[in-house]
Amino acid sequence: MPATSSERFARSLWTSHGGSGELIPLLQAAQDSYGYVPEEAMESISGITGIPVSEIYGVVTFYKQFRLTPVGRHIIKICNGTACHVNGSSMLESTIEDVLRIHRGETDGERLFTLESVNCIGCCSLAPVIMVDDETYGSLTPRKLTTLLKRLQREARAAVAGEVTHA
Amino acid sequence: MRRLSVGTATCGMAAGAGKVLERLQHLRAAEGLPLEVVETGCIGLCYSEPLVEVLEEGHHVLYGAMTPDLAERLARGQDDPELAARKIVEDGGPDRDGVLTHQRRIALRRCGHIDPGSLSDYLATGGYEALRRVLGGMSPKQVADSVTASGLRGRGGGGFPTGRKWGLAAASQGRHKYVICNADEGDPGAFMDRSLLEGDPFSILEGMAICGYAIGADAGIIYCRAEYPKALVRLRDAIGQAMAAGWLGDGILGSGFSFHVKIKEGAGAFVCGEETALMASIEGQRGMPRFRPPYPAVKGLWGLPTNINNVETLANVPWIIVEGPEAFAGMGTEDSKGTKVFALAGRIRRGGLVEVPMGMTLRQLIFEVGGGVPPGRTFKAVQLGGPSGGCIPARMADLPIDYKNISATGAIMGSGGMVVMDDTTCMVDVARYFLSFTQAESCGKCTFCRVGTKRMLEILERIVAGHGEEADIPRLESLARQVNASSLCGLGQTAPNPVLTTLRYFREEYEAHIREKCCPAHSCSALVRYSILADRCTGCGLCRKACPVSAIAGEAKAPHVIDEAVCIRCGKCVATCNFDAIRKD
Repeated sequence: MPATSSERFARSLWTSHGGSGELIPLLQAAQDSYGYVPEEAMESISGITGIPVSEIYGVVTFYKQFRLTPVGRHIIKICNGTACHVNGSSMLESTIEDVLRIHRGETDGERLFTLESVNCIGCCSLAPVIMVDDETYGSLTPRKLTTLLKRLQREARAAVAGEVTHA
Repeated sequence: MRRLSVGTATCGMAAGAGKVLERLQHLRAAEGLPLEVVETGCIGLCYSEPLVEVLEEGHHVLYGAMTPDLAERLARGQDDPELAARKIVEDGGPDRDGVLTHQRRIALRRCGHIDPGSLSDYLATGGYEALRRVLGGMSPKQVADSVTASGLRGRGGGGFPTGRKWGLAAASQGRHKYVICNADEGDPGAFMDRSLLEGDPFSILEGMAICGYAIGADAGIIYCRAEYPKALVRLRDAIGQAMAAGWLGDGILGSGFSFHVKIKEGAGAFVCGEETALMASIEGQRGMPRFRPPYPAVKGLWGLPTNINNVETLANVPWIIVEGPEAFAGMGTEDSKGTKVFALAGRIRRGGLVEVPMGMTLRQLIFEVGGGVPPGRTFKAVQLGGPSGGCIPARMADLPIDYKNISATGAIMGSGGMVVMDDTTCMVDVARYFLSFTQAESCGKCTFCRVGTKRMLEILERIVAGHGEEADIPRLESLARQVNASSLCGLGQTAPNPVLTTLRYFREEYEAHIREKCCPAHSCSALVRYSILADRCTGCGLCRKACPVSAIAGEAKAPHVIDEAVCIRCGKCVATCNFDAIRKD
């Protein structure tokens, strides 16, 4: 884990006033830094806010945004809004399953992609849509999505290979 | 100088506006073309994104379906038949598709026209005129009375009269008071608030400040979904600019009124759209609703008087102050005044964001504004109000849209998500879809909402899989009544609505699934058979390649066949075929 990510989380802990209203923003900072909420982060937050870890865990598991396990390099969010549903989002999901061999909530063996579903991205007129990190892709068909996924996979593998050679 | 504005709201970006913008910026920077390139929000014509508006010597032209190459031709001042065909509207005249002509834009008045990142654009289009008037001589009571006189009702779904809500919060005593803007737009199929936040963020801040003055609050909180990253960026930027220019902060415009706004990011829980759950979430707890009364106006966030309004409601407020409550009340019906923004999506040709006067019929909205269902399909129903709403059948489409009429159908006005369905949509599956949503989003506090929705979902799953029993329909009806009667908040009380309305208007579809084990819309995969029409198949082999289980075989250029025993009925062959050669029975 790069040092910078824990530094970012540490900074938000440092600037916190420790009020209970800051619990969710702190958890969000932890997830921004690590890609998930590690147990140690919950303990540090507990130390600052005085909220018991058990209660923090309750909050973490209540909200869909928080993850308790590490994720892949890219997060694919498949939109499962009404408009996407009636325009065939389930077919997109099975395309992702076929191409990347991951199901909802899973990360692939190379740790490149994590697949999540989201209620609605709010791009209903371009349904069906998916979001990869902060980028949205609309009006997809299984064929277009397959091309997109293969390209992303190639790029992600190349990025990993690049990092290895640099190291 | 030629000014080109590119619509870069989330929907525009998804359609490729980023590349268009990049090309234009490159032309300006690298080639020194005399251009002004700006970003703008969503004008609502999502069906023809990416959009570029050209403004030259007071002459406006909006072009749709742009590509980087086409945009480059616009930038170079070319005009050719290809560009002319993509012209949607010229100088505010009637638009090519009649989408804008039928609209009356109040909440969306600036969306897609101004640069949302520019306070000066906002000011140049009458921004902050309302706050100036309010602070320059209106009493808080006059402000609330104005809003009451306009007849504005909560646009988030509740429909509570906004002015009355403000009056209640104003009458409450507290050390501090809060104004909360509910931007936790969670209904799947709704994106009105996202477009407003991305396209006109200052108007929300202005609406909040006016509300703060009216109720005596000095702090505002915007509770926004984390799934809207662009809206969050726009809001943060707008707050920073408004603070720097003195439109937020201490002693605004030299008056004694101070108002500060903070953003709280939601963490992905639909129930947090409910006001008491939303406040619990801001306080750092699990977002679970609590019993009302006490209402937030009396005892809200941190136990202090709080007023919560939805984004669209607040966007209407500055307009009402400037144009007068009579102008707003002059539109709409007896029961519902003003306009309403709808997110038109689903099986519709021209989906997007539209704002129409209340009282327009569903048919006018779907056909005249939205262009109807895709060619060759039949309009079957329209879903209003998301998971809390219901499906209104095509035969009732001449109903004028207002709170009372919509409620009478069993659906609700909701926040404005309008999902159109055609003959390919299975109504039982739609009910199952919404139930799976509410079941997953139930916070778990009330037993009937937690367990009852689960049992209802199991029954619906059984029916769409072809294992339904005759007794399932009465079981669903009885559970629906119980879940409605014994849930604390709106989520549980309204969760059965999608099932009840589809049972009321499309009972025969349920019966077909149960008795004949068939899905009339050919949509439920367990009940569908695929076959290839030999006279249409060209043997191109695309379906064979698309099939994930190799159930399709055939020689090149000869008709292919599907092996039913292997077929998993995923439908990918249908989506891939260019010749309509695959039949669903």
